[in-house]
Amino acid sequence: MSKQLLIGNEAVARGLYEAGLRVASSYPGTPSTEITECIAKYDDVYSEWAPNEKVAMEVAAGAAISGARSFCGMKHVGLNVAADPLFTASYTGINAGMVIAVADDPGMHSSQNEQDSRHYAKASKTMMLEPSDSEECLQFAKLAFTLSEQFDTPVILRLSTRVAHSRGLVEVGERVDNGLKEYKKDPMKYVMMPGMAIKKHVVVEQRVLDQTSWAETAPINTVEMNDTKIGVITAGISYTYAKEALGDKASYLKLGCVYPLPVQLIKDFAAKCDKVYVLEELDPFIEEHCRQNGVEVIGKEAFTLQGEYSQSLIARVILGKEDKSLATDLEIPARPPVLCAGCPHRGLYYALKKLNVMVSGDIGCYTLGALAPIGMMDTCICMGASVSALHGRNQANPENAKKSVAVIGDSTFMHSGVTGLIDIAYNQSNSTVIILDNSITGMTGHQDNPTTGKTIKGDPTTAVSLELLAKAVGIDHVRVVDPYNLEECERVIREEVERDAPSVVISRRPCALLKYVKHKPPMHVNTDKCVGCKMCMKIGCPAISMKDKKSVIDFTQCVGCAVCSQLCKFDAIEEGE
Amino acid sequence: METKSIMIVGVGGQGTLLASRLLGAVLLSQNYDVKVSEVHGMSQRGGSVVTYVRYGEKVHSPIIQKGQADLILAFEQLEAARWLPYLKVGGKIIANNQKIDPMPVITGAATYPEGVLDAVRGTGADLTEIDALSLAVKAGSAKAVNVVLLGVMASHMDIAYDVWTDAIRKTVPEKFLEMNLKAFNYGYHYSK
Repeated sequence: MSKQLLIGNEAVARGLYEAGLRVASSYPGTPSTEITECIAKYDDVYSEWAPNEKVAMEVAAGAAISGARSFCGMKHVGLNVAADPLFTASYTGINAGMVIAVADDPGMHSSQNEQDSRHYAKASKTMMLEPSDSEECLQFAKLAFTLSEQFDTPVILRLSTRVAHSRGLVEVGERVDNGLKEYKKDPMKYVMMPGMAIKKHVVVEQRVLDQTSWAETAPINTVEMNDTKIGVITAGISYTYAKEALGDKASYLKLGCVYPLPVQLIKDFAAKCDKVYVLEELDPFIEEHCRQNGVEVIGKEAFTLQGEYSQSLIARVILGKEDKSLATDLEIPARPPVLCAGCPHRGLYYALKKLNVMVSGDIGCYTLGALAPIGMMDTCICMGASVSALHGRNQANPENAKKSVAVIGDSTFMHSGVTGLIDIAYNQSNSTVIILDNSITGMTGHQDNPTTGKTIKGDPTTAVSLELLAKAVGIDHVRVVDPYNLEECERVIREEVERDAPSVVISRRPCALLKYVKHKPPMHVNTDKCVGCKMCMKIGCPAISMKDKKSVIDFTQCVGCAVCSQLCKFDAIEEGE
Repeated sequence: METKSIMIVGVGGQGTLLASRLLGAVLLSQNYDVKVSEVHGMSQRGGSVVTYVRYGEKVHSPIIQKGQADLILAFEQLEAARWLPYLKVGGKIIANNQKIDPMPVITGAATYPEGVLDAVRGTGADLTEIDALSLAVKAGSAKAVNVVLLGVMASHMDIAYDVWTDAIRKTVPEKFLEMNLKAFNYGYHYSK
């Protein structure tokens, strides 16, 4: 078969496919999303977007117990949501293989924290493999199914942003599908009540011992002896950085299995080297294991708990080497991400700014509304927290209700916002929740969700009606606004915030980047009318800037949404032809 | 051969990902080991974006650090200056002279510096400056800036013209193909 240049996520999808994957369920999350998007291209695999990671993992567990090789994928924080099924699926074990991919984000390219998922493997006693490049992504994904069935356990594949989103050469092979395994009713294995779980815990502890023995000689835990003055114990992306920085100047113990970790293999390797470094991003997971087993290593005291490692960091710390570089003496302004030109969230945020409310925020493109010049987000904790945290705020002081709202996207609302809304309705909290319905899961790159009316494969399906859902849980006041209409947004939200009852406002307008959205011609500024008051710049549209004291609109970015023209008191912004 | 390192930098939405994909396909067709590191997600929303492309006999790290890039292809002036420290001493930098104001400039919290590319040249860097937007518009679409710039870069690399156009044919949809080939050609012949 031919070699292909695949990102790690595509290679994971390919490996799962070749190993006979039959059922895949995931919730999108950078940097894990493309795994399931790529799986969706295979017609002989059932794939879906689930409303959240917990549901996805339960779907995968149910499929595996019922005899189908299954998969669920998520970003690191998604595993927090799915932790409940993980810990007990570790006890029940599987029937056909079950693989879980979790993608960490060291450096927080697109995340709200920098947690290290390896702790979940240890805490739930679930085996975890960590590939270091695309080729290993494919190989380890296949191996994960074999190990899952060999040890009767789900197996976690841990990725990091650089592995998930780097392209590398991959040798692809053929699919081998051994069909469904037979399902046999076995309550002692699959029903976890105390009587059964007490017995299963013994099995789990024995399994960890068995897996540790396996890890001592596992082909994915490799030793490469070169110069023995420097020894490196590493895993994942850090291995590639170490090889780049140190080449033959060091010997390597590369751990493909990061839980459970071998003991004797590490001791033997360390004994052959003068000085041993542990190279791992985020927490000292391997390092603490080494110390616990009496192996002296240099780790976090010389490196860092924060952000990513690199070949330069390793060369600097271990070899004291640094590359020369050039720089201008200019002061270069930062370029933070922004809401796109024509983004429907912008108009809604402007209305909130005029109302001067406290905004309980959530995770999605609209989190960018926290940045200048909009600056209309007070808190953002995790998926769904906007709704429940607003309720908490309004209970802390009932006066808050008249000047606070929650904002949450359609996909995030489906993920875990609706449970908070039920709390609001059930406990008759005088809270106003704004659902920013842009008809897509935006930030992760346009995935369908239960409100869009389309499946992962683009096929038509039933769509959750946000209006009916809000009413069904007990919200009597549900209104819909167009975020391109500033006057309407401001008026309706004011009325609902002032109302002494729970309410929901749906701000509805599809994402401007969706292919089916027809754009109007770019707006342009009539320079005779423009007085340079900068009123149009208050909405923070990246297409608007000032040149020669007049406002100008960048025709390559503007999509003609006309929100800016509603702000101009001099009618200087005109529609294009 | 020693591993070569190329960076493609610009503003989210400018099409840097397509350029890096085309470059990756071209290098793959030349039987190199290739690694390409992309950034997806939040950084794509109008932020500063960077793609690392590395090729050679055996490539380990997919990323490039300060002082390590043989070539930087910058889609915007400020981004050229921002990423200049990643250029190897003696490396080549190709910069589109387009200016896109970042949000801190739009809000007035910062100013867009004057003479950015002169300052880049002033460091002694080997700079090729180009108005890729005009050439893209001439080719038929402002969106083809990325392919114009790819053309300029191709003219500084030791890979045949047809290899590049083959990659474009395989990647770009039929209805945009002619326009993109034109854009590539303008870029390729820019500095010759």
